[in-house]
Amino acid sequence: MPELTYLEAISDGLREEMRHDESVFCLGQDIGSFGGAFKVTEGLADEFGADRMWDTPLAESAIVGAAVGAAVEGMRPIAEMQFADFIACGFDQLVNVAAKMHYRQGLAVPLVVRLPSGGGFSGGPFHSQNPEAWFLQAPGLKVVAPSTPEDAKGLLASAVRDPNPVLYLEHKHLYRRLRGEVAKGRYETPLGEVRVARPGSDLTLVAYGAMVHTALEAVEDLDGARVEVLDLRTLCPLDREGILGSVRKTGKVVVLHEATRSCGVGAEVCALIAEEAFEDLDGPVVRVTAPDVPIPFSPPLESAVLPQVDQVREACRELLEY
Amino acid sequence: MATPTTRPAQLEPQEAATAELTVDDRGELLRYMLLMRATEERALNLYRQGQVPGSYYDGRGQEAVSVGSAFALGPRDRACILHRDLGAHLIRGVTPGRVLAQMMGRLGGVTDGRDGNMHFGDRHLGCVGMVSMLPDMAPVACGLALAFQMRREQRVAMTWFGDGSTANGQWHEAMNVAGIRQLPVVFVLENNQFAYSTPNELEFVRDPVERAAAYGFEGVKVDGNDVEAVFAAAAAACDRARAGGGPTLIQAETMRMHGHGAHDDMSYVPPELFERWANRDPIELFERRLGAEGIETKSIHIAVEDELERETAWALAQPMPDPATATEGVFATEDPVLGDGHAPWSRWAPRAKEGPHA
Repeated sequence: MPELTYLEAISDGLREEMRHDESVFCLGQDIGSFGGAFKVTEGLADEFGADRMWDTPLAESAIVGAAVGAAVEGMRPIAEMQFADFIACGFDQLVNVAAKMHYRQGLAVPLVVRLPSGGGFSGGPFHSQNPEAWFLQAPGLKVVAPSTPEDAKGLLASAVRDPNPVLYLEHKHLYRRLRGEVAKGRYETPLGEVRVARPGSDLTLVAYGAMVHTALEAVEDLDGARVEVLDLRTLCPLDREGILGSVRKTGKVVVLHEATRSCGVGAEVCALIAEEAFEDLDGPVVRVTAPDVPIPFSPPLESAVLPQVDQVREACRELLEY
Repeated sequence: MATPTTRPAQLEPQEAATAELTVDDRGELLRYMLLMRATEERALNLYRQGQVPGSYYDGRGQEAVSVGSAFALGPRDRACILHRDLGAHLIRGVTPGRVLAQMMGRLGGVTDGRDGNMHFGDRHLGCVGMVSMLPDMAPVACGLALAFQMRREQRVAMTWFGDGSTANGQWHEAMNVAGIRQLPVVFVLENNQFAYSTPNELEFVRDPVERAAAYGFEGVKVDGNDVEAVFAAAAAACDRARAGGGPTLIQAETMRMHGHGAHDDMSYVPPELFERWANRDPIELFERRLGAEGIETKSIHIAVEDELERETAWALAQPMPDPATATEGVFATEDPVLGDGHAPWSRWAPRAKEGPHA
């Protein structure tokens, strides 16, 4: 199997989907001949033409709104926000039009919105956010956050085939840092299934996106403790049984995410465990997250906000000793 | 500041396409306007009887805009219809009974109680239902048109919005995108003089139709109380779009003759303005014209009244939805299906016989 970077895996996935189905097309700012701000779509305009790689004006509402209209007419649009942060400018179309469409009128909206997300490179308050929790309060949206090149391609394929609007969070920090084996051709990674990134029996460490790698690094050598790292992969729908199964086995849980703390994915996971697996717990459920602040620009400030390997290691160690 | 837009529009001659309307077509235009008014009157009565939850919104006085414009649509065209445009839904094939059931939150309504009042679109009839945020359907209509354009189909997306919507950023985004890609989309701006209580002069300085030129497409202003003038502008716009000539912005001058909702007493509307428009009722204007040409209309009135009796009885016989179903249907499990709408204009009759995909 060829080794691809996380970014190349997304590009490969886009190419495969567009080859596979003529109704798949991309729209967004600078995605055509320029190849996108991060070069994820480089070369696609050459292969598929400007019509299917639409360089839109700076207009997030029109991008999401037009994607909705094309989707209900049988197309399968993949919209790109240049940075995940900018979905705020297209939020109305997403949460009021797309998300409620099927419930209100039985009409499916098979669209994908790609969201380059996350910090760690001094992007500052408007180029570093992890906005996934915004969408979890809008019933009708699905949310995925791949952590590996293999999943990046497979979850993209599933997102494109899904008849619902799917937010696809691709972590910018992984784009060129992470390489992995990726199968050639089309394949789908099912939505709503966790991946055991590392098996274990002493503690469950739940993460997704770039934090999966922070988690793996943190528990690599943790005084011989056998920590299970769960990669959520899909944030909506949550794999409730996948999470609970691991918790019932280990009895101890740390939930880790890069997004801010309050009402985040971690809060939902903790609530799920408290409701469904209380009797199986051998200690308090612990969260390691960014605090409730905007992501600051300056490197020492940003590092102070984003969860670090040592913090995760310490949280796990404390809970293991509980 | 007195603006020309708060007065009845100066009539521009719109005779070209009127010739394409047969006597039967013109009877249909009248019938749909009467059907819209009668349905809305029934719904208002049901509201006053406590049968309609929430508030109630109608398009009294705006019948000519919705009927005249939607009448130009072919079966394969698609529509995102506004809450003052019941006539457009009726033309596409929604029955008055389903509208009344919708208002009452009952099964058999277009959304089976999932959404209320005019927030609906029958997907089986090629309609994508509006949301309350305006003009959210303008970018969506661009997306429908984008699909037609990418597939090289000669089809049109039509959407409606009001004067207030032209002040919103999404309006600009939609117009700009439609102009850049020269999308086959028809925008119908219903200038009914007030966005809730806000008059035109607090929404814009110059007529929004003037902006069309800056976006790179046609803009036409019509008397929105003249159903044939609206139809002529819409038919020309649809033909232009189908021929690859790009979008059109039609600004139809009209007046909202009821409050924003049934709870609104319209105290902010100057009485002389109301009076001026009351003398230009779109149904009366059209009937007078037909009468002067010797065309009989009484039978249409009788047929509409009979239809509403039957439809109201049907709507009142529909059950309320089962509370146990409230959490169903958030996610789709199948791909989208937009069906084709009715297209009563005689031009489409031969095509209809060829089947829905002609």
